[in-house]
Amino acid sequence: MAANANPWGASPTVETTDSDWLNSDSAKEVEPSFDWLNPFEQTQIPFDRWVENGIDWIVEHFRGVFQAIKIPIDTTLSGMESFFQAIPATIFIVLMALFAWQIAGKKAAFGTFISLALIGFIGAWSEMMVTLSLVFTSVIFCIVIGLPLGIWIARSYRASSVVRPILDAMQTTPAFVYLVPVVMLFGIGNVPGVVVTIIFALPPLIRLTNLGIRQVPKDLIEVSQSFGASAWQMLIRVQLPVAMPTIMAGINQTLMLSLSMVVFASMIAVGGLGQMVLRGIGRLDMGLAAVGGLGIVLLAVVLDRLTQALGTQELGIKARGQKWYEKGPIGLVYTITCKRRKNG
Amino acid sequence: MKDIKIEVKNVYKIFGDSPKKALTLLQKGVDKDEIFRRTSQTVGIQDSSFEIYKGEIFVIMGLSGSGKSTMIRLMNRLIEPTSGHIYIDGEDITAMSRAKLRQTRREKISMVFQSFALMPHMNVIDNVAFGLELGGMSKQERYKKAQDALSQVGLNDYANSYPSELSGGMQQRVGLARALANDPQVLLMDEAFSALDPLIRSEMQDELLKLQAEHERTIVFISHDLDEAMKIGDRIAIMQGGVVVQIGTPDEILKSPANDYVRSFFKGVNVGGIMTARDIASTQQVTIIQKDGNGTLAALQMLHDYDREFGYIVDKRRKFLGVVSVDSLKAKPKRESVDVAFIKDVEPVESSMYLNDIMGIVAKSPCAVPVVNEDGKYLGAISKAALLESLDYNWEEEE
Repeated sequence: MAANANPWGASPTVETTDSDWLNSDSAKEVEPSFDWLNPFEQTQIPFDRWVENGIDWIVEHFRGVFQAIKIPIDTTLSGMESFFQAIPATIFIVLMALFAWQIAGKKAAFGTFISLALIGFIGAWSEMMVTLSLVFTSVIFCIVIGLPLGIWIARSYRASSVVRPILDAMQTTPAFVYLVPVVMLFGIGNVPGVVVTIIFALPPLIRLTNLGIRQVPKDLIEVSQSFGASAWQMLIRVQLPVAMPTIMAGINQTLMLSLSMVVFASMIAVGGLGQMVLRGIGRLDMGLAAVGGLGIVLLAVVLDRLTQALGTQELGIKARGQKWYEKGPIGLVYTITCKRRKNG
Repeated sequence: MKDIKIEVKNVYKIFGDSPKKALTLLQKGVDKDEIFRRTSQTVGIQDSSFEIYKGEIFVIMGLSGSGKSTMIRLMNRLIEPTSGHIYIDGEDITAMSRAKLRQTRREKISMVFQSFALMPHMNVIDNVAFGLELGGMSKQERYKKAQDALSQVGLNDYANSYPSELSGGMQQRVGLARALANDPQVLLMDEAFSALDPLIRSEMQDELLKLQAEHERTIVFISHDLDEAMKIGDRIAIMQGGVVVQIGTPDEILKSPANDYVRSFFKGVNVGGIMTARDIASTQQVTIIQKDGNGTLAALQMLHDYDREFGYIVDKRRKFLGVVSVDSLKAKPKRESVDVAFIKDVEPVESSMYLNDIMGIVAKSPCAVPVVNEDGKYLGAISKAALLESLDYNWEEEE
């Protein structure tokens, strides 16, 4: 009955039998007795320690390399950022709206105008510009890395069998997992933010470039060969143009993923809209978080429409036989000047 | 002897990852199915050797899977042969370096594809100029040549259209223009017209023959359509299971098919459009040479001896003069010459006329219709029965 009266009665005995419970794990390891029936009692492969030691070793010996990797990213990013910050908001909105009109039509132009203006009016303009420069920097590096890599794995089965598992890992590894090593290697701030974004957003572009090139119809390849195309000519004149819609879909995906990652990377002190959300959550300031969130959503919608239009416009126009300079605002200017010339 | 343009020599093509093993088995005489069972290699082409002459249209025919598409792709080395050589103008294309091969493809050989295979991102003129562009020709020059090629196929006005805006027939004209743009000596056509509807196909065949009449090229044409092969082919090669079973002019193959496979090809064919009067003219009829002292009585006696009703009168050079019958001879007894007894409404037909065209004449004629060559020389005669029999040519029972 005494035990029932005191349900915690047993606990002191545990403590007494093994007072040094903190070190009980290491105490067990001293006498590793492998039990065939329960082989997973103890960790047999110390993967966690390997990784830790590995990272430590890399940080110790290759710090210079990672600092060097930062340089081009840093240069691009600061250039981009100063450009986006310098451009007056009104001019930027008008330019974006005209661009949207050119490639996606009047409806998209209207949407772009409203969305960007709204972001500005709710007070997220400069944060949006930071996010935009981060996203564009990431996308530029993704294209520079991803396009050649995608082409390469489309041409070589061996390369593809090496690269594809790496892509799988990049896509499935939770961002938390590599946020820590990236911080150890690159520090915190916007540049490491771009690095994690590249890691996260690169795979779809590589995959879709690969897919696009592999899906070029076999007869077009045969035609190019039969007319004496070299491998380079075939790539430039046939494979890339035919694969372009798929590649553009890849760029669209990369852009969207960049945006989501740039927001997430606010956890390693990346600025912009994500930072607003994070700060809002931290202070339980729902208003601030909502402003950041709305800004992200509006920006995402605008960027998505624009890149999708870029992907489909080429074929669309060609089917209708209308040249790019015959439509949109440029078309307007073109027809006006043509009329002038005829009249004059 | 004609000039040889393309020579195919002991060519083998085996598809699979270890073709050499299959090749040794094949050369030992193991058959294709057995090889597939043992090594899982597919035999595409088996020990093929033939020549294609300069300026001819050489049609390769066969059912699907007979290796004809493989064969044409071996000729510009889109497919590497497993063994054997292919010579174009005496140059071994199978041994060329990559660069030399590219040059040959740019300058000498062009190909037209069944699926048209036009670049969807280029307009018509860029498509036509594609081969020239690869060769590094300047834009102005290649557009001029491309425009020439387009006018050859009658598509001048479509230079700035995109392929998706054209009909199938027009697309294939563009494909043809693209192949003609670099003025190739050899034109490879892989079932070029098979995807077109019959009317357009026939139009394109005429177009090809017209082009061939203007510029004599060596054309290798793949087809599974016998009528097409007969129409355009100077010579036909028939392939079966990766082997060339017979090569010859359409007539030769029609008249003496090498085996049942070839025969079965011709089973449904309209013989009337292929065979001519000369082919079925029979010399079974009694011919009477007209000379002095060979009067109606003598002729009557001759017909009587042979137990025939009609006699065909020729002169000493076998030039055809007329037809007499027992009745017409009896009506003019004891005359010095048989001229008087000629039956009025029997006119000879030219030996080169197709059976389709002489049917009416034979049907109306009271007797077998005499056949003469262009000099009027008598070659034989065609009876109603003989014509019907030839049209109902049952190749299975031929032997």
